[in-house]
Amino acid sequence: MTAPTVATQTEEPEVILRVRNLKKYFPIRRGVFQRHVGDVKAVDDVSFDVYKGETLGLVGESGCGKTTTGRTIIRLYDPTAGSVYFQGRDMAELKGKELRAMRRKMQMIFQDPYASLNPRMSVLGIVGEPLEIHHIANRSERKERVAELLKLVGLNPAFMNRYPHEFSGGQRQRIGLARALALNPDLIICDEPISALDVSIQAQVVNLLEELQEQLGLTYIFIAHDLSMVRHISKRVAVMYLGKIVELTDRDTLYTNPLHPYTQALLSAVPVPDPFIEETRKRIILKGDLPSPANPPSGCNFHTRCPVFQKGLCDVQDPEFIEVEPGHFCACHLVKPQ
Amino acid sequence: MSAYEAQSSSEHLLEVKNLTTRFYTEDGVVYAVNGISYTMDEGDTLGVVGESGCGKSVHALSMMRLIPIPPGKIEAGEVLLRGRDLLKLSEEEMRHVRGAQLAMIFQDPMTSLNPVLTVGFQIMEALKLHQGMSDHEARARATELLEMVGIPEASLRLDDYPHQFSGGMRQRAMIAMGLSCNPMILIADEPTTALDVTIQAQIMDLVKRLRDKLGMAIIWITHDLGVVAGLAQRVNVMYAGSLIETGPVKEIYGNPHHPYTAGLLGSLPRPDDPPGTKLFSIKGEPPDLLGLPKGCPFAPRCTYAVERCFHEAPTLEPTEPGHLVACWEKERVEKIQ
Ligand SMILES: Nc1ncnc2c1ncn2[C@@H]1O[C@H](COP(=O)(O)OP(=O)(O)OP(=O)(O)O)[C@@H](O)[C@H]1O
Ligand SMILES: Nc1ncnc2c1ncn2[C@@H]1O[C@H](COP(=O)(O)OP(=O)(O)OP(=O)(O)O)[C@@H](O)[C@H]1O
Ligand SMILES: [Mg+2]
Ligand SMILES: [Mg+2]
Repeated sequence: MTAPTVATQTEEPEVILRVRNLKKYFPIRRGVFQRHVGDVKAVDDVSFDVYKGETLGLVGESGCGKTTTGRTIIRLYDPTAGSVYFQGRDMAELKGKELRAMRRKMQMIFQDPYASLNPRMSVLGIVGEPLEIHHIANRSERKERVAELLKLVGLNPAFMNRYPHEFSGGQRQRIGLARALALNPDLIICDEPISALDVSIQAQVVNLLEELQEQLGLTYIFIAHDLSMVRHISKRVAVMYLGKIVELTDRDTLYTNPLHPYTQALLSAVPVPDPFIEETRKRIILKGDLPSPANPPSGCNFHTRCPVFQKGLCDVQDPEFIEVEPGHFCACHLVKPQ
Repeated sequence: MSAYEAQSSSEHLLEVKNLTTRFYTEDGVVYAVNGISYTMDEGDTLGVVGESGCGKSVHALSMMRLIPIPPGKIEAGEVLLRGRDLLKLSEEEMRHVRGAQLAMIFQDPMTSLNPVLTVGFQIMEALKLHQGMSDHEARARATELLEMVGIPEASLRLDDYPHQFSGGMRQRAMIAMGLSCNPMILIADEPTTALDVTIQAQIMDLVKRLRDKLGMAIIWITHDLGVVAGLAQRVNVMYAGSLIETGPVKEIYGNPHHPYTAGLLGSLPRPDDPPGTKLFSIKGEPPDLLGLPKGCPFAPRCTYAVERCFHEAPTLEPTEPGHLVACWEKERVEKIQ
């Protein structure tokens, strides 16, 4: 597989994260001897770059491997294969102190604001914990820093001694964000930070993420189901299907000129909050359900649902993820470089 | 026929009047549905939108008389189905209405499908109860229904248990069950919220085709304003247990009169937003429903609120034909929007 490169005439944007041929398989074990009978191919050979200061959206349906990609990048999981370079350093070669220092620069906020905060810890404890683990500040400095962080995410520092159950979903997501910011990270992987929130609260959290990005020069990987919000927040967007990235390009190209048949179907399926547009819209309705990543289809793993599938090609050969035009990557036999 | 059916002659298919439901809990009284009124006619598709906890499900469950009592209590109101008040029926009479005239698809199919009974058995049960079908007839009809909702090899899948179905298939089975007795109104409570968008598109496509074929009216509960835009002709916007705006979808989406509706629509990202556009956001958070707010429930978050809004609850008033809004400042909102 060729490494994606970006053709730019002027200055090359700085790559902060480089992911190459990353795989994460979860073994399936059966029986009393826990025999290894197969693998859930949660992430199956993905490659992409993230540029400093940008937001890369990562979209796809439930179970396609978005969270696992994020968790493998920050090394909550050991990769089955492939490599992750962060700020030019191969994460696999870092050990001990160096690895810990590198990890501080990469943080993740999680999908469920209700489950991701320890219910027995106060806000001070939760937000201050990373500082404590990394021995960064003494008790009073910590308190000061937590107050500062809470202000940064729009929470009253007086709430410091309260517990998670006393907060609403939106407020909890802010607490998670304050915690992620505690160690001054460069990259934050936001795993569906708004999907559990009410519509009127989603806009508040998205605006906050954007403000912080500008203020602190953060880079985001923004994982979501909601394609219209991803379009709003991202500079570039990657679309995943069953463990693979099928298409990646800048947001406007993706939304106006999607090339992969899955991207086209996914975008056409999103309801638009405008009754006049909806009235005349043509949908591409995909057949059937998502196959299981434990037993993915042969060849192109989308071929079982693909409206333009070609027998003898798509069900036999796995398409390569290639740059079909500058900065536009796609994995489909029927999409040729221009 | 009950006495009520003979008495009132309503020209509407459904008329909900002042429906009021509360829960008497240890923490206090939950004012879940606070006097909502609206009407529906044959063939209408009504979207019901609002944020989590605003009373959408409780309003539907109250009409179905499926509120757990206690702690719940329907305090007041009428639910007139072709003029007959469902709230005055005996439990026995209501059993014949449920499924046969007014059917509901629930938010979570896993809790409404019985895990230890096959899907086929559960569909056949309703057919035998409401339509007096024999085992054999019910099985044939159940197969037909599963085929109609697009489940392949339907006659074999009848003998599957719910866990053997995927999420999308369970939702299709629920729709088949909902339609099994040709109800006049199908209430669908967030039937696609837990599903992926490509599966949601399949289900919505299916529902539209069935609606056109069978002609039933639909109440579609969701918090997704896009789903309503694609499916419904009319929309009810709920906030904190109250109906705050109701009218034709095209009218309300283009010309919202309630500050909450306008704020909700405004907070959605638009495809043509240039990069860096800030989303409009409604300040504050939805209230909990312990205790009834004096005045307008939205007043604490409303940028238009005046003194009066905090102590006097606005009533639904028409602004255009068929478009009603509960806001004291609606003229001002309209001018600015
Ligand atoms: N710890 C684990 N052990 C075994 N299988 C796992 C584990 N974590 C995830 N999986 C499986 O890997 C696949 C990808 O899961 P993942 O959570 O990454 O998907 P996702 O795209 O984040 O989905 P969602 O949108 O539902 O959050 C799924 O089939 C899931 O069941
Ligand atoms: N059995 C119950 N006991 C006590 N309170 C209840 C009960 N059922 C619902 N409520 C309360 O009634 C209010 C309305 O709930 P309802 O389920 O109708 O909300 P909803 O609009 O359907 O929300 P969602 O979008 O989350 O489904 C909520 O405050 C809820 O906590
Ligand atoms: Mg996930
Ligand atoms: Mg509900």
